[in-house]
Amino acid sequence: MDVTHALAAGMGGIRTAGDLVARMQMSRGMRLKEAKEYVAGRLGCTVRDLSDSYAMEQLRGELGLGRILDHSNLHPGAPTAMAAKFRIAELLGLRINCVERFREMAGL
Amino acid sequence: MTELRVPTRMGDGSRVERTRSELRADIEAGTAEGARRAKCPPLDADELDHLLDIYASPASFTAVDIGEQVVLSCDGGGSKMTGTDLQDLLESEQRLGQDILELWHIEYSYKAIKTILPFQQQVMQNAQLMLTAPIQYGAQPNLAFYSKPDGPAENWFELLPQGRIAESRAAIEEAMEHATRDFVYVSDGMMEAGADGMDFDTTGGAGDADLLSTLRAVEQIRRTWPEAGIELGMAGEFVIGVHGELEWKGRRLAGMWPKEQVEVAQEAGATIFGPAVNIRASQSCAWNAAFALTVVKPCMEVARIPVHPNVGQGVCGVPVNGYPGEDASSRAAKACVEILRCDGL
Repeated sequence: MDVTHALAAGMGGIRTAGDLVARMQMSRGMRLKEAKEYVAGRLGCTVRDLSDSYAMEQLRGELGLGRILDHSNLHPGAPTAMAAKFRIAELLGLRINCVERFREMAGL
Repeated sequence: MTELRVPTRMGDGSRVERTRSELRADIEAGTAEGARRAKCPPLDADELDHLLDIYASPASFTAVDIGEQVVLSCDGGGSKMTGTDLQDLLESEQRLGQDILELWHIEYSYKAIKTILPFQQQVMQNAQLMLTAPIQYGAQPNLAFYSKPDGPAENWFELLPQGRIAESRAAIEEAMEHATRDFVYVSDGMMEAGADGMDFDTTGGAGDADLLSTLRAVEQIRRTWPEAGIELGMAGEFVIGVHGELEWKGRRLAGMWPKEQVEVAQEAGATIFGPAVNIRASQSCAWNAAFALTVVKPCMEVARIPVHPNVGQGVCGVPVNGYPGEDASSRAAKACVEILRCDGL
């Protein structure tokens, strides 16, 4: 059922910009339209690009926002996970909880 | 000329055939019943036509239009068959493309999680180092676990049938104090471990007190963690008045439908609200979708926060069986997105 909903209606997570729009909903309580427009504005793309895996793979790669990794699509040296979240926090103007915790623990 | 019959499903998941006229009749009956029960307007003619087009198609799968996709949150999520919580979360991020991930434990009650909090905190910390997508922590309020023999309060489900109303209410109020304290304790712990937010799943499952103890916790968590995601998902479309007199800032909780539920959720500080409408197994999925959309639609009009209707097994038009057909689940998703204009699922 998770797969069904992901394919039928989901934005696509880090394959697209689903995680970024989700962060605006979670942290700021933005409705979908507002959240999509906010993220598109920050990324400098159109709202439709946000759920387009082709467009977003290029953009996420350029901005270092983390991408899906598989055997034919590896990006050694590019930011993933925590490193990518540092960039996402800056891009979206958000205080991401785990990024702040990491910063404290690492003494950054 | 004989009308073509298309395969569709009942609320229990079984496959049946209906003509377009029969499906229309189901949809009209579903919206009429929803409007009668929730005292709200039925779906309008365009919405009924749209819903009929979704359900009268013989396609094995359906989806929203390109660019109209919504944010997916989840209560639980993953399979628990992949070995570890970390692998499960990685799979959800990397293979399923989930927008919001959720770390959870099979006990799935805040009361139980309290006893294993450090273990769950460590998983959260590790997961946050390995994943990019936001990860919330989820469990259920399950207020009944605070009554005897599982908890400290007298068992109001035994007292109520004996007519001992005052004692029942006192027991419920005692349980609520313990519950809210646990919800806040677990939430503080998970946020300290790096969680992006908390999910209160199946809120109201034990009635109005279950909802009130959660709203009180949400208010406290919001004060401590101003940027935390807080998802409040409901157990059903109607808040049952087990206590009957409980209020949130002067508003009686018993009897609330999704419109009033989202109002108190957003006032308490939730950032995502998940209405749930339980399936009627003996009605068709088309009937159930019409019923669900009708009772949830008024909530969309007053929501200031994102609304993610629950589309798991047995809610909002998804059949109640363990492996709901993809045809039925995808139709429920499309109907919620295109007719409710919801913010997520």
